[in-house]
Amino acid sequence: MDLKSHSLPLVNIYAVTVVGHDRPGIVADVTGALATHGGNIEDSSMTLLRGYFAWTLVVALDTDIATIESTLAPLEQTHLKIAVVELTQEVGGSQTATHWLSVHGSDRPGIVSAVTAVVAGVGGNITDLTTRLAGTLYVVLADVFLPPGVDVESLTQQLLDVAAELGVDVSLRVADNDDVL
Amino acid sequence: MSPELLAQLALALPVGDVRAAVQAPNPVLSTRCAEVDPRDPATVALAADLLATMAAAPGCVGLAANQIGIGQRVFSLDVSEHPKTRTHHGRFVLVNPVIEQASRNEKAREGCLSVPDFTGDVKRATRLTVRGWVPSSGVEVVITTDAFEARAIQHEVDHLDGLLFLDRAAGAHAIHARQNYL
Repeated sequence: MDLKSHSLPLVNIYAVTVVGHDRPGIVADVTGALATHGGNIEDSSMTLLRGYFAWTLVVALDTDIATIESTLAPLEQTHLKIAVVELTQEVGGSQTATHWLSVHGSDRPGIVSAVTAVVAGVGGNITDLTTRLAGTLYVVLADVFLPPGVDVESLTQQLLDVAAELGVDVSLRVADNDDVL
Repeated sequence: MSPELLAQLALALPVGDVRAAVQAPNPVLSTRCAEVDPRDPATVALAADLLATMAAAPGCVGLAANQIGIGQRVFSLDVSEHPKTRTHHGRFVLVNPVIEQASRNEKAREGCLSVPDFTGDVKRATRLTVRGWVPSSGVEVVITTDAFEARAIQHEVDHLDGLLFLDRAAGAHAIHARQNYL
């Protein structure tokens, strides 16, 4: 039992998104600002998308939203857009992907929506997603959680049908999570 | 099949032409290639072109026929200079390859002449037995290999089945930007 957590006041959970021109020091600046209020970064994911800095953080903070916004506001002078949203405290454990979905082909509008709609149609949940465009080649990689009882063979056929309409290639494979040897 | 014998058979091929490499997206890369007669002079010419094109592309250690636009089950390989190679069979061409045994999967990063802007993390068997036929002579060979040569053969056989490494990427974070093909 962690006694310290009992002595802490009830904290709020916020989602912070930081998007904009990349430069060295963004992560240090944002975390530094959040730390002045004793903020604790829980989960976060950052990457560069077409050269733009893009970061989403879930942060536990014992302060109100206006204070966080004003603390982060000076960073917006450096070509960053920062948004803070208060989240309700709940959610269960995160789902582990059961399958990996890969789509590639000529870029055109609607690939992601058409393919993920098929997954959603059987109650499948996207747990991680990357899309990349290079030249005319468009690539979608998604980690998918399929609830027990989903007919994977039928789902695969639906995906192949949609992919054929779009003129792209699709693969759905069982996620290989046993990396520990 | 000894490496020496297989390499000698490749040396017996004529000098081929360097052909343009096909890049994704392209239907020829997404379509299963057809079986061919290894003794057909057209197959021999294709084998020679694969070796010539592979040699002309910097860092290229393997090339499937559909990567030069020909939908036939032929690939060339030469991993002899690669640092991750253990066992290897020199520079060779195989026709109508069939993977007979594959075991001991390991994840590693792969690139592809046909997907020049990305690399990907792919699990492949590190112990492999493949059966195939040598162009011109039509001799049937069984190659047992490991490590990087095993990975490269599986990558090429995937091409012949209409699959790219993108189809086997191990999850949403398994592709990476690449500046140049090396």
